[in-house]
Amino acid sequence: MGDAEIKASSWRLVEVGRVCLIHGGPSDGKLATIVEIIDHKRALVDGPATDTKIAVPRQSIALAQLILTPLVLEKLPRAARTGVVAAAWKKADIEAKWQESAWAKKRTQKERRRALTDFERFKVMRLKKQARFEVRKSLAKVKASA
Amino acid sequence: MAMGAPSMFTLGRLTEYQVIGRHLPTDANPAPKLYRMRIFAPNTVVAKSRFWYFLMKLRKVKKANGEIVSLNVIHEKRPLKVKNFGIWIRYDSRSGTHNMYKEYREMSRTDAVEALYQDMAARHRSRFRSIHILKVVELEKNDDVKRPYIKQLLTKNLKFPLPHRVSKAAGTKIFVGKRPSTFY
Repeated sequence: MGDAEIKASSWRLVEVGRVCLIHGGPSDGKLATIVEIIDHKRALVDGPATDTKIAVPRQSIALAQLILTPLVLEKLPRAARTGVVAAAWKKADIEAKWQESAWAKKRTQKERRRALTDFERFKVMRLKKQARFEVRKSLAKVKASA
Repeated sequence: MAMGAPSMFTLGRLTEYQVIGRHLPTDANPAPKLYRMRIFAPNTVVAKSRFWYFLMKLRKVKKANGEIVSLNVIHEKRPLKVKNFGIWIRYDSRSGTHNMYKEYREMSRTDAVEALYQDMAARHRSRFRSIHILKVVELEKNDDVKRPYIKQLLTKNLKFPLPHRVSKAAGTKIFVGKRPSTFY
């Protein structure tokens, strides 16, 4: 019998200070942090981002509408007021960290692609083809020399 | 979001009203006593009706020989603070009348009372008409919380994962190329 190695899953937790992306509802696509857990289905969130596109006012929201991100505001006190949350948010540099993440980049790219016109979509297709051609050409070169 | 203020969305969502009324002045009693109640109702019409319903049970005053002196909305003082509420009710079941005490964790008194009506409807199939709200109290100290279902939310450094989440978008198509990811 082989020894089974048991390791705890590294879940993202619903906890005070956890930064979440709001998914669905009127504030879809905004970034907020959990300020207090109301019960097993709801939390009080606050999004004090300086970028108004991702800022959201303090409100109670269902956990079903939140997607937990890996970002956490460390040592945020429970039920902290907006000012305290904003200071911690700024100190942890959450907005920059979020904008740099692959997740946020993919989201902005998707948003941009959705707004393109037919001709612009055509240009994207052509550029992708050119990039692919270059990659394959260099790959063929490496293969031939090997 | 309808935040308890009277609006076109008010019906079905409760508002807290302060209703003051009295018996009509008579020759025998030219200055009758004023009676004040805090009533949870979907609108002012229901609030006044509930006022007379309760006053008739308590005092010898009815709508025909009384008057409403004032009626105003009681707003939540801190609607962005999470509070624990204790609610005492009198409830008519199918077989008798019971007194109950329940606790709710909400942002406002009206939210707590709405949660109470939903909870009573779910657990006991009770209607609005069969519940009398006796008292709604904010439990300021955690030691005052009695019920285990609220106590469990007051533990220090509460945290929990959201295991196995099925996204709503996953159910829209019959056939997809990829199994939905429920772990994260």
